[in-house]
Amino acid sequence: MDAAIKNSAIKSLPPGQLALLHDAYAATLRAKRWRFLFGALALVVCGALAATAAEIDLSKFFANIGRFPNYLKQLIPALSLATLPADLAEWFWGWKVWGKQLFETLLIAYLGTVVGAIGGFLLCFHASANVAQTRIGRVAARRVLEFCRTVPEIVFALIFVIAFGLGPMPGVLALAIHTVGTLGKQFAEAVENIDLAPVEGLTAAGATWVETMRFAAFPQVAPNFASYALMRFEMNVRGAAIMGFVGAGGIGQELLTAVRKFYYSDISAMLIMIIATVMLIDMATERLRHSLISGERQA
Amino acid sequence: MTMQSPFGDLDGVRQRHRDALLAGNSDRLRELSIACGMLVLAGIALWQLEFSFVRIWDGLGRLGEFARLMLPPAYGAEARLMIYLKALAETLGIAFLGTLCAAVLAFPLAFLAARNVTTSRIMRFCTRRFFDTIRGVDTLIWALIWINVVGLGPFAGALAIMTSDFGAFGKLFSEAIETSDQRPVEGVVAAGGGAPHAVRFGVLPQVLPLIASQVLYYFESNTRSATIIGIVGAGGIGLHLSEQIRTLEWPTVSFLILLILVTVALIDWISSRLRTAIIGKRAL
Repeated sequence: MDAAIKNSAIKSLPPGQLALLHDAYAATLRAKRWRFLFGALALVVCGALAATAAEIDLSKFFANIGRFPNYLKQLIPALSLATLPADLAEWFWGWKVWGKQLFETLLIAYLGTVVGAIGGFLLCFHASANVAQTRIGRVAARRVLEFCRTVPEIVFALIFVIAFGLGPMPGVLALAIHTVGTLGKQFAEAVENIDLAPVEGLTAAGATWVETMRFAAFPQVAPNFASYALMRFEMNVRGAAIMGFVGAGGIGQELLTAVRKFYYSDISAMLIMIIATVMLIDMATERLRHSLISGERQA
Repeated sequence: MTMQSPFGDLDGVRQRHRDALLAGNSDRLRELSIACGMLVLAGIALWQLEFSFVRIWDGLGRLGEFARLMLPPAYGAEARLMIYLKALAETLGIAFLGTLCAAVLAFPLAFLAARNVTTSRIMRFCTRRFFDTIRGVDTLIWALIWINVVGLGPFAGALAIMTSDFGAFGKLFSEAIETSDQRPVEGVVAAGGGAPHAVRFGVLPQVLPLIASQVLYYFESNTRSATIIGIVGAGGIGLHLSEQIRTLEWPTVSFLILLILVTVALIDWISSRLRTAIIGKRAL
């Protein structure tokens, strides 16, 4: 190294200082490497612990992994070009029933989102730090929202199925409660970021709290609210598709039966319908959200 | 002469500024019609899904009774507690391992889906649709499929979480790679580095912290998913939870829900600490 520096045309630092710099650099690098090694080691130890807890048996995995491609292969029925329409008709033989249930799934997601958004809307102003009326109300609203979003929706669905009976109704209620929790939190965060000047203006003019929220806070956050609600609708469509697993309506029930009874082509037909619907909804809501956001920018 | 109040001549103001005052009306009409449409759709949904107030009222009554029975939470015998704690450990194991494996598998493939690394349009399109398809299938459905392959138990759960997260990570990672700054890459290339060098020294240092924080975030949310994956028989505490709900053991149900809430809160806290340590106070 020294020779290279001496011979180079670039003016070098005095040797002592250079050595000092070099040592400092090496020390920093060494510390970084140690930190990395330590992190990697911690990760491996955690992974090993997790593997023991989750009863990972790699020999079983490798013995059975051949069944996964087999399973996937069986999912796709025999299609030949000559008889393609007939084959497709046979594959999607139940499309009327499945389509109806998919429609029900969409309605569950829609209703769950609307009810949940209304609940989240009512709670969010109480939960945000800048406009909440009382401290106790704020803490209470936050705890309620936290509870609603931490308990998985399918657990609510399990309980509601027992309380309300089988059918789409418990599914809607379960999704709605979960949506209250998630949307309420996002709404509250949006409200916390508003400009407080209009709020002060209205308060000074003698408006009540409700009027202040309606005319000062709401106009600032309305596009955000709509965008969050649309995003939540997307997720709820996915959530509603599995509500049937516990008997809470939608296409999940049929899918569960098909999987349990190894009706391979039915599984793939339903999955294709679900995936296509989810993708379509995703695309449509993304469009809507973009137009909302650009509309806000123009205004 | 005293100045006249601008509102004294209200009709005059209306006359002169008609356009300005009417401007908001079309917007308002549009908003109103959207709201009406949504309400009508909600009405149709209520009718199609056979909602009835009698059922809701009866159900609420039963729900109130359940809530009363849930207090105080109890776990029964000491042996049951050990079983539940073991199931909880299993849940955490499923979430951790599933997330980790998904991240490790998705990481190299994400580069194939990133516009600034992969130039082949077809390759990019294929990897993206691949990720989308995997993502379109819910974790619980993946769990059902994996159960058919490796049998009932937590292993199927870990594989299910791995699979569904693989799709999500592929998308997130490739987006992180795409939004990375190109200048370090150009610098490495200008200094004579090849493509692997450009990725290792130009892209990786930028995206690793972001990716690490996303993985942590997913670990949090997977802790939640792993608690329910047992409902279909893929291990973890969900199995016990659904069993206790079905046999109407309400005190145990509330105990298990509390256990889950506390665990999730703890994991959230740890992971948010780790996240701030990795990327600082910056938002994701």
